[in-house]
Amino acid sequence: MADHGDEPHVLAVDDNLVDRKMMEALLKNSSCKVTTAENGMRALEYLGIRDDQPGESSVSATTSKVNLIITDYCMPGMTGFDLLKKVKGSSILKEVPVVIVSSENVPTRINKCLAEGAQMFMLKPLKASDVKKLRCHLMNCKT
Amino acid sequence: MDVGLVQMQRRLADYANALFKEGILDSQYLQLQELQDESNPDFVVEVVSLFFTDSEKLLNDLSRDLAQPNVDFKRVDAHVHQLKGSSSSIGAERVKNACIVFRNFCQEKNIPGCLRCLQQIKQEFLLVKSKLETLFKLEQQVVAAGGSIPTVQQPSL
Repeated sequence: MADHGDEPHVLAVDDNLVDRKMMEALLKNSSCKVTTAENGMRALEYLGIRDDQPGESSVSATTSKVNLIITDYCMPGMTGFDLLKKVKGSSILKEVPVVIVSSENVPTRINKCLAEGAQMFMLKPLKASDVKKLRCHLMNCKT
Repeated sequence: MDVGLVQMQRRLADYANALFKEGILDSQYLQLQELQDESNPDFVVEVVSLFFTDSEKLLNDLSRDLAQPNVDFKRVDAHVHQLKGSSSSIGAERVKNACIVFRNFCQEKNIPGCLRCLQQIKQEFLLVKSKLETLFKLEQQVVAAGGSIPTVQQPSL
């Protein structure tokens, strides 16, 4: 896993500018290092997976840059679900927990994401308490 | 004790409380305030400003989309979804609720309904914009007078 001292590195993906800024602030407030991406393609580029080569990374990375990926579900082009599948299909990234967020509480959607390997599904709008809980749950925080 | 400052803070608190009572803002707005601190001192104004510019663009897009000879409802819905999302994220409750109603008319492909809703959303948006701009002015006055901004307490409903 990428080492960033005590601060986990989170990649936050959302096509909505306001939501991106909120996610960034919420994560920083929970002592995370944050990188944001405005869509799935940019997220994959950052992570080092090329979209035209499903599965394997085209970069000779051996560890993931990030400790956690949080992505919105509803995004044009590549949805959060599509992104989840790409991450789970990558030999380098498949161990990185992926959290899906959505403003819509649709049980079939939730189950689909969890079945595909999402660690958690959370409802928007996110609150500081949600993110703190998330961080503790996923990073095994000590306090 | 500076009575002027106390009065200003009182006015600010009353103004903010009224926004919650009237349902213009909901508890999500308090989340924005929680995220503002010394390392992020202008966070609320920054996010809200983003919301204003983003929403204005979306409202213009929606006006244009609904004026097309063949309305692309998927496109319209996508824009409303964005607006619903960002208004929800900052706590602009009435704008969010107007968006929800809009989406129903969109699903029914009801253009007159959509147009009515768009008007409603625009009204609610202008209202919350005006109220928040006033709120920020009142906060600036308090800070300029040497006071600190009290954390808004959402009145129990």
